[in-house]
Amino acid sequence: MTMLSERQQLSYIAAQAADARLNVELETEGMTLNIGPQHPATHGTLRIIARLDGEQVVWAEPVAGYMHRGYEKLTEVRTYPQVTALINRIDWLGSFANEVPFILAAEQLMEVEAPPRAQHIRTILFELSRIANVSLFLGDLGVQMGAVTPVFMAFRDREYVLNLIEGATGGRFHPNFDRIGGLKDDLPKGWIDETRQVMKKLRNFCDEIEDLLFGNEIFQSRTRGIGVIPAEVAKEYGLSGANLRASGVDWDLRRDQKLPLAYDKVDFRVWTHPDGDSWARCWIRLQEVREATKIVDQLIETIPAGPVMAKVPRIIKVPEGEAWVSTENPLGEMGYYVVSKGDLGPFRVKIRSASFNNISITPWVLKGVYVPDIITILASLYFILGDIDR
Amino acid sequence: MGAVQLSDTLRESVVERLRADLGDDVLDVHLMSEVDVWVRVSVDAWRRAGQALRDQGFDYFCFLSAIDWMPSPYGRGEDDPSAEPAEDDPSASEIRQGYAGGESRFQLLARVNDIRRHVAVTLKADLVPDADGVMTAPSWIAVHAGANWHERETHEMFGIHFDGHPDLRNMYLPGDFEGFPLRKDFPLLARMVKPWPGIVDVEPMPAAADGGDES
Repeated sequence: MTMLSERQQLSYIAAQAADARLNVELETEGMTLNIGPQHPATHGTLRIIARLDGEQVVWAEPVAGYMHRGYEKLTEVRTYPQVTALINRIDWLGSFANEVPFILAAEQLMEVEAPPRAQHIRTILFELSRIANVSLFLGDLGVQMGAVTPVFMAFRDREYVLNLIEGATGGRFHPNFDRIGGLKDDLPKGWIDETRQVMKKLRNFCDEIEDLLFGNEIFQSRTRGIGVIPAEVAKEYGLSGANLRASGVDWDLRRDQKLPLAYDKVDFRVWTHPDGDSWARCWIRLQEVREATKIVDQLIETIPAGPVMAKVPRIIKVPEGEAWVSTENPLGEMGYYVVSKGDLGPFRVKIRSASFNNISITPWVLKGVYVPDIITILASLYFILGDIDR
Repeated sequence: MGAVQLSDTLRESVVERLRADLGDDVLDVHLMSEVDVWVRVSVDAWRRAGQALRDQGFDYFCFLSAIDWMPSPYGRGEDDPSAEPAEDDPSASEIRQGYAGGESRFQLLARVNDIRRHVAVTLKADLVPDADGVMTAPSWIAVHAGANWHERETHEMFGIHFDGHPDLRNMYLPGDFEGFPLRKDFPLLARMVKPWPGIVDVEPMPAAADGGDES
């Protein structure tokens, strides 16, 4: 081998390095990462296809549909009371809340209004299902970031709420308790005292989670400034609930519309956050559980006396017409567009579920984030698979 | 009540401005006092209607879907599938559109909200199939990016094509699935093979038992 001068050697090395750099640039191939269909962060079977450049997401697309049950078609061959048993299973963690807007839409068409006591108890159960739903979210949040303890706390304390729901309705998950014109039954004896105790426990749970999770440095560094959704984009995609309020949009269907529920009789605060990042979404939900316990506390003290069922025909035929009712469900705005032709069952029901809109923003929000953040962003957007696929 | 009058005048003013923007493309309006407002526009003006409402402040996209107004030829699927088909009743197959009228079997349906003024509009549009039987509507993606998935779903379930949509892949069904499940002439197969056990007994109850509160 011929001897090279020092200068020649250096230029040789530099050329090689440049070559290597070039090669690296040429050989940087995108990689497609498939997350799911089953992944702890998806609470069911949502698949995410992410096209990566190194650690960065270039393009991501959620693939839903692994749990499509065709409820919109099925409602067309069911009677109105039978539909509530189906729609219970849309957002299965807050199932009573699914029944309420549908029943209200049917009542609006029939021009029936539930008696005040039924409206009141409906609101209580509605908020209890919010607590049951969102407290699980708060626990689950830790799991996405490698903290296992909060989820056990969440399951422990959610059980108290589920016991309450079971005590009142007979079903832990699928109460099927709401009826056109009121409720199936009145509250059992001792339920109100029990509820008072449980609400205290849930507030403790919120404090614990706030200490354990929201004050945690790892949690903060993984959620602060990650997955920012500006208010304009959030509205355009139809994000609702905590996801919308975390982007600074002050909109809550409990406060901002007139429905025959007892929300106008209580004092509660609608929390918003200006940041629109993952942390804001999680924090808003934490505040909402707190707020919900306060709503329940106020409501159980003021339940009016009277019947829980209005006078409705035994066989329910809903007059011809169209109605849209949506409520502020645990996951966001859930609404039913009910078309009736004066039959025993609906002619067409369009189910507007919150998660469908909430998750349709993922291709937008995941663009440019790093792989580990996919999980935290999805967790903070919070969706239930049954609520996407219906 | 003052608040109610306010929301009704608000709805009227929204419709008034929409009329000014779209002219004759606003075909029909149905205002239900205190409740809601339905506006039917021509399908060519579908995107313009969305944009005009957006410019008015209706920037929250709620949903987009469609309705098939044809009564199902299979009834409510409660008949015994092995039984003889019932006599043809012409009124049973008559197409009757809902609020704000209509002329076609299929109608688009969408809802947008104005979050600041707490008011919402339900839009409808008639869909007329072309010579090949394809129904086409302008896509709303340029107006509300969130319409993307809703249009995919509507395309899959009703077979409505959206002009300007980049990617009308199926969301739920396998790619080679034939038929459009939410059309009324698509049978619910579960009911075709086995009688439905949940049939409601519509025999009148003994009136004495509950004081005769039958409707």
